[in-house]
Amino acid sequence: MSEPNKQFTSMERAQMRASFYATKPTGTTIFLRTFLPWQVWRFLRINLRMFSILYRSHRQL
Amino acid sequence: MARVVVLGAGISGHTSAAFLRKWLGKDHEVVVVSPLPTYNWIPSNIWVGVGLLKPAQVVFPLAPVYRKHGIDFRQARAVALYPEGDDAHAQPFVELEYTLDNKKGQRELLSYDFLVNATGPKLNFGATEGLGPGKHSLSVCTASHAGEASDFFLRQIQEMKQGARKRFLVGTGHGLCTCEGAAFEYIVNLEFELRAHGVRDKAEVIYISNEYELGDFGMGGIHLRRGGYITPSKIFTESLYAERGIDWITRAHVQKVEPGRAFYETLEGEEKEITFDMAMLLPPFSGVGLTAFDRKKEDITAKVFAPSGFMRVDADYQQKPYEAWRSADWPSSYQSPAYRNLFAVGIAFAPPHPVSRPRTSPRGTPITPAPPRTGMPSAMIGKAAARSIVDMIAGADKPTHTASMARVGAACVASAGANPFTGTAASMTVFPIVPDFERYPEYGRDLNFTTGEIGLAGHWIKILLHHMFLYKARLRPGWAVIPE
Repeated sequence: MSEPNKQFTSMERAQMRASFYATKPTGTTIFLRTFLPWQVWRFLRINLRMFSILYRSHRQL
Repeated sequence: MARVVVLGAGISGHTSAAFLRKWLGKDHEVVVVSPLPTYNWIPSNIWVGVGLLKPAQVVFPLAPVYRKHGIDFRQARAVALYPEGDDAHAQPFVELEYTLDNKKGQRELLSYDFLVNATGPKLNFGATEGLGPGKHSLSVCTASHAGEASDFFLRQIQEMKQGARKRFLVGTGHGLCTCEGAAFEYIVNLEFELRAHGVRDKAEVIYISNEYELGDFGMGGIHLRRGGYITPSKIFTESLYAERGIDWITRAHVQKVEPGRAFYETLEGEEKEITFDMAMLLPPFSGVGLTAFDRKKEDITAKVFAPSGFMRVDADYQQKPYEAWRSADWPSSYQSPAYRNLFAVGIAFAPPHPVSRPRTSPRGTPITPAPPRTGMPSAMIGKAAARSIVDMIAGADKPTHTASMARVGAACVASAGANPFTGTAASMTVFPIVPDFERYPEYGRDLNFTTGEIGLAGHWIKILLHHMFLYKARLRPGWAVIPE
């Protein structure tokens, strides 16, 4: 898979792009997003969180 | 015996019909009226639009499912409501026009004891000149639209592999669009696929939106606890776009689309244009155009429906400034104030006002996202209305169940690239959906239950949800225990 393009732009200067002023993730953050052991843990954690929202919301019905 | 008619078989209508059938005894009749023969799991249309799924993988025929479960299915569109009946009919009825091939154009008057309006939106491409399939832009709102978008996208990739450079424009095609989340999902999936095909270096990818800031999503944005700060969703969305090399234009009302060119007005009142090789621009929504008549056949459409065409329910529709908006303005039972046996669920109910702060350009053009009413809240609303109707048939004098969007939360998984090892998705929870600044004065939401993160785990959950909700929609064994 090729890398996201950082060069091709309709504008001449990077500073003129809104993205220049945006927060960007560090290498560690990007690595963890697809690091399997960490993501297995996140899978369990996010599912728990979503079930808590489902429980809380369905209690209102 | 009571007859409950459900107009529409989208997420909300289908949920309503399924629970009505489950909870009502066999003495009662459930009829579903839908102009389309199929159910579409719309959230997965995004993957159809980038060529990862075929349209057939996100739809299934409704008739066999309904036949098996004792639900009467009429493939027809509702044309007019007669909530008081007329001189010839004592009971309320709805006028239908069949869309089924062998009955196409035939009309029928279908009486009801209770009616659930779940007609969803009219995809109002006509609001912007040149917008939409068959004109100059693409859409992923239906499985067939997404199929067309996919074919076009894959052709662009082939041309890029031959050396062509392309500009992709994705976003909202009008200043009053909703579903910015779908546009977000489409652009990040499109960008991911360009990389997967090895042509990212030949592509410019631009997001155009009516949102005031990225990450608004028609919900006024959300705040999350992350990295030691309470951070608005704008930061995370901008960050993802910047990381992926996606440029963005916000506060934009697309006025006109021509072949390869879109014209837009900004909130500052400037008129601009942008060229493109492929544009996927979502349309604004309106009601499907149902009319209503009283017993004397006088037009009461304005009494039953809001000017947008969506149905009035138990919301506070009094016009008031943004500062005076309250969570209590939002409906809870979804019952029509005019007729006790009439409910509107999902996108078909008229919201009292947007969630995002309304803004208008110096030329007077409103550029404000409309409130989202899709997915989990739609299904929950459909279920609550079904429960109320069942109880009212059993003797309750008013709705017994509520699902105010200002009282319930939602879990949402937005795909950011589909691959079992390198894909990611944003997993979000919000509570409540509509901010309640009386209960949560600082941010309008409970930050313990308003969360979000991007990662591969989210993609696995998205895959799981795709299969789980299609299983549930097919009403396979145990469907009712799968939460909405």
